[in-house]
Amino acid sequence: MKLQYLLIAAFLTSVIIRPAVSTAQDFTPQEMVMEDPRIGLEAGLFDAEEAIWNLRKVATVLPPETFVGVTNSDLAFKDQYVFQGNYNGILIWDVSNPSNPVLAKDYLCPASQSDVSVYGNLLFVSGEGTGGRLDCGTEGVQESISHDRLRGIRIFDITDVRDPQYIHNVQTCRGSHTHSLLKDPDDDENVYIYVSGSAPVRPAEELPGCSSMSPSEDPESALFRIEVIQVPLDNPQEAAIVSSPRIFEDLTAPPVHGPTDAERAEFEAAKARGEFVVSIGGSSFILPENYVAPMAAAYFSEEGITEPTAEDTVAFREALPDIIAQMIGGGDGADEDRGPNQCHDITLYPEIGLAGGACEGYGLLLDISDPANPYRLDAVADSNFSYWHSATFNNDGSTILFTDEWGGGGGPKCRDTDPMEWGANAYFTIDEEKKMHFKGYYKLPVPQTDEENCVAHNGSQIPVPGRDIFVQSWYQGGISITDWTDPSNVIEIAYHDRGPVSAEQMEMGGSWSVYWYNGYIYSSEIARGLDVFELVPSEFLTANEIAAANTVKLEYKNAQGQPTYKWPPSFALARAHVDQLERNQGATAEQIARVRAGIDQAERESSQAIIDRLKSRMDASN
Amino acid sequence: MAERPIGFICVLLIGMCTVGPVISQDTEDLEALYWARKDSALARFSQADVDFMTGMIGHHAQALIMSAFAESNNASPAIQTLAARIINAQNDEIRIMQSWLRKRGQPVPHVMIEGSSLMIHGVDDHHALHMPGMLSKEQLDELETAKGVDFDRLFLEYMIMHHEGAVFMVRELLKVDGAVTGDDTYKLATDIHVDQVTEIDRMRMMLGRLKGAH
Repeated sequence: MKLQYLLIAAFLTSVIIRPAVSTAQDFTPQEMVMEDPRIGLEAGLFDAEEAIWNLRKVATVLPPETFVGVTNSDLAFKDQYVFQGNYNGILIWDVSNPSNPVLAKDYLCPASQSDVSVYGNLLFVSGEGTGGRLDCGTEGVQESISHDRLRGIRIFDITDVRDPQYIHNVQTCRGSHTHSLLKDPDDDENVYIYVSGSAPVRPAEELPGCSSMSPSEDPESALFRIEVIQVPLDNPQEAAIVSSPRIFEDLTAPPVHGPTDAERAEFEAAKARGEFVVSIGGSSFILPENYVAPMAAAYFSEEGITEPTAEDTVAFREALPDIIAQMIGGGDGADEDRGPNQCHDITLYPEIGLAGGACEGYGLLLDISDPANPYRLDAVADSNFSYWHSATFNNDGSTILFTDEWGGGGGPKCRDTDPMEWGANAYFTIDEEKKMHFKGYYKLPVPQTDEENCVAHNGSQIPVPGRDIFVQSWYQGGISITDWTDPSNVIEIAYHDRGPVSAEQMEMGGSWSVYWYNGYIYSSEIARGLDVFELVPSEFLTANEIAAANTVKLEYKNAQGQPTYKWPPSFALARAHVDQLERNQGATAEQIARVRAGIDQAERESSQAIIDRLKSRMDASN
Repeated sequence: MAERPIGFICVLLIGMCTVGPVISQDTEDLEALYWARKDSALARFSQADVDFMTGMIGHHAQALIMSAFAESNNASPAIQTLAARIINAQNDEIRIMQSWLRKRGQPVPHVMIEGSSLMIHGVDDHHALHMPGMLSKEQLDELETAKGVDFDRLFLEYMIMHHEGAVFMVRELLKVDGAVTGDDTYKLATDIHVDQVTEIDRMRMMLGRLKGAH
């Protein structure tokens, strides 16, 4: 909302334009009256005050002694295990009973960020910080050039989860800040790792072949590309880089944001009223009346028109874009840009053959049907986005959200003075031609203190059938669950938040990432360990919708890999759809009651039929 | 792992409640270990890290001065947005770097800005103001007097230069033996690096479009 003031201030002091409609969320008066319980929570490391809404916390497990005080990072899931990255190594939790996670293994092997993913009996861990060692030693690396240093991907065999074996690593020129694991549905012999590294390029003396020259000077430059590692599943020790696609070439889209549906409607209405809508730097604005008259007068005078007709006014309207362009600069100029330098996260959705790349100044849509050769389908940029960080599709791939990790996650970007469009999520629909269309923003709708690092971070879809529900980390802003079924109107439906780690000074903490996995929500708390939640029915989510979500079972889940959620037939699924019909007023109360009675009866009959069948079998065997 | 007793004091208020965990002796010990480990991590730094933080505070402070001109000098909305974000981001980073130095018992530079003049208190001013990418007094004056489109162009050119200086400083720091070994230090330096590399790309593109219009 500050942005709005800023732009209005800009208009008052100097320029001729103003935004027609704010794209910011506005707090409704009701929300403003009732203070959000997340405001003013007491600080504390393990005893901070908490606020929770429409969730139940079933467990918090603190880090083991060897890992406490060191950053917890991302999560991966396999069977009944949660793999938690930590800058000191990896923690493996047995969550057979999610309300009592038990430490199965703490593996000391320092590296930052230690982002993890799993496939089969393999565990992959990212290393980017300069202190990571090939031998997993804890002493770090002092020399700026060293052959003891590991920056890239570590590979572990986790056939015995309680005894991981470090079997291989693949070094990369920019290390691995994060990575994405791709299991191609058409390839059962390999998996692929897309490596994202945003750090400066390592010297060639440390890792031969690394070059930080521009690609025009050195075609082998490590800049402006991603690395693709192929991992042969029957021989993972042979894992190696197979390609370094330059998916960013020729990106020249300017950093603007498209109008939301509401803005578009406003512009259409303004045009219908005879107002002048102009485009500046790719964004549309309604030209204020007091500027239209003198500009029109100047135009008519230049054209030698003394008595302008309706036709002349139309001509002026058509000439306006050029006039504006001349006044403030703009238009399509030649530029020498090579696009972004690297991606932060690439979210792979192999079942629909797409990936969402969050790549510095851009959000990319990639075709990944050939895993080793991804290519770009579309790119979007947004003037409100500082740093495109991660992406999540909805289940059918018709919409995508991107997050902006403005400030890198170490800054307090959720203060009441920070604009609601900065450090937020942006939502896009994906059309038939695989082009993205901007729909709106969402940011944690409650201010945090100066002592809380807070910005949009990682999350995942919750498989509520028929709706798009997203659970997301906001660092010390806590976790926020949103309904983005309508990407133009995203609403919060549940949350959990703690007070700051320290009331005196900024101490890094909060939820690094949070994911739904087989009925529970797991959050990696940077300072406090692992939190486990379950959903609680509310006006936004019924018990049947939660029960239907919990029928979805995954064998594994990685942060940057998106599975298609499939719901087995169940009475919960049928009831969830009826609840939604009721919520959306798609049927009369009488119709709803009749359908519900029908489902109840079908369930009774089916249980009776099962009991009868079992009985007859038992009788037969006696 | 032993089950931890967690007590809930839950006040139901229209479905919302706050809970406070009850802390056991085990937890108190773990908390003590947490802070002890944080303290010992603070010891992992080098003089090069200190010089980098000290210098970067002054470097960031000049970006604040440059960005503050945007509003008064009739910059375009796109430049005003960019400038506002630079002010927000670099103010926060100055605070983080000051805290980094304070926690390690090092002299903390304090930034004083009056119009276009910058003073750094608490450290050797000369040391804190001479860094790659810093604008000269003449360049700052030139920017302060430029208006409208001229300001936009000059701001982008100078801010790209200024950011490139910061990127250079990070890359140089990584070349020093014993530098950037602490996790906090690595995160801060590489966050500055990636943010500014990203912003340089964005500004180059904006500049290309400005120039393309003429």
